[in-house]
Amino acid sequence: MASVAVVKYNAGNIRSVLCALARLGVDAEVTDDPQLLKKASHVIFPGVGEASSAMRYLHQKHLDEVLVSLKQPFLGICLGMQLMCSLSEESHTECLGIYPTPVIRFQPSLKAKIPHMGWNSVTVYDNSLFNKIPDPSWFYFVHSYYVPLSKQTEACCTHGRTQFSAALNLGNFWGVQFHPEKSGPSGAQLLTNFLQF
Amino acid sequence: MVAKRIIPCLDVRNGRTVKGVNFINLRDAGDPVELAALYAEQGADELTFLDITATVEGRGTLTALVRRIADVIDIPFTVGGGIRNVADVGALLEAGADKISINSMAVKEPQLIDTLAKEFGSQCIVCGIDVRFRSELKDWEVYVAGGRTPTGLDAIAWAKEAESRGAGEILLTSMDHDGMKSGFALEITRQCSDAVSIPIIASGGGGKMEHFIDVFKQGGADAALAASIFHFREIDIPELKIFLQKHGIHIRLNR
Repeated sequence: MASVAVVKYNAGNIRSVLCALARLGVDAEVTDDPQLLKKASHVIFPGVGEASSAMRYLHQKHLDEVLVSLKQPFLGICLGMQLMCSLSEESHTECLGIYPTPVIRFQPSLKAKIPHMGWNSVTVYDNSLFNKIPDPSWFYFVHSYYVPLSKQTEACCTHGRTQFSAALNLGNFWGVQFHPEKSGPSGAQLLTNFLQF
Repeated sequence: MVAKRIIPCLDVRNGRTVKGVNFINLRDAGDPVELAALYAEQGADELTFLDITATVEGRGTLTALVRRIADVIDIPFTVGGGIRNVADVGALLEAGADKISINSMAVKEPQLIDTLAKEFGSQCIVCGIDVRFRSELKDWEVYVAGGRTPTGLDAIAWAKEAESRGAGEILLTSMDHDGMKSGFALEITRQCSDAVSIPIIASGGGGKMEHFIDVFKQGGADAALAASIFHFREIDIPELKIFLQKHGIHIRLNR
């Protein structure tokens, strides 16, 4: 049985993630205790909010060092995934540096409104995270910044003319730009897949 | 490409659905959670809950309802109605709402949009704008207090201001079209959509499936919201989405 820890910090939508896990029958612990985070079988790093204030909080609590040192399957969601990158254009924030990729702001155009908000289909390269999810798979996105395609990109998505990373993976570190907790049955399947890692 | 969204709207008072609903397969048509779950199952892309409770005690009921919705519903939902300050918004988001919608209070105190966007992020701040056509000036005027009070504000100017202050989305309702079932207000929706770079949810007037094609193609809306046509099953959501796809609208089909 998975013992799931959800990282407690100053970013929103933690309750939505807990509700999604509860629907899967998983009772997760919300914690910022380094020992509990290290002991968990899986760690989820959710987040809706602003990059610089989130990083400042993580740094003050020394959670930045703890998170990068974790060895178990780790899933960053939305802002969580962006904080796992090197540098964010949002308030020019130095992030955790797990992925050697920057985070860039979308340029608005008539065809591509900002924030990129709503359901979009993703193209999956090759990824067990998307096992048993129908193609095309639809996920719910809400973001104004994006991670460009890189070697770590496991699924991509297009907004206007911009192709960006919908999912990233490097070792035990996974990240998704969309919100699986709000993406209906596909999102639930993705969380199930992650918890089976 | 991001899909156009279909959003059923549920009016609630004291935790119960107010407007009549006509669903034979619901045990309790007055329970917003049960109705919301059915819409989510049918492929609604988001849900909006509009609280028309006037009393302070009702606010507590609303928070409890939002918690129940968040437990069950696996798609995003917005809560609006009577939101006055940061504390109201904090309580609703903490209870599990994805977005909140402010309307009258934003007009009365525009600075509130800045404050909320800074505190919670633009992505969860929807600015509701209710408008009526002003024939003498040939423009659209913003109304508040549930469409009762004219403000003198021009709809486009106010939409731009709401965007610059940090609103993440605009819910545009034409009071002239609301309840008429003769189609959405295409002209003002298009003007508004062209004037701002944030998404526009068009509301008011949807009566036939063709109206939804028009509001996406001609109106340039990013999402369309409707209430009674879904509650009374005049339009079936899965059927509507297949219809829209056949007419070249990019829509999410399989759930």
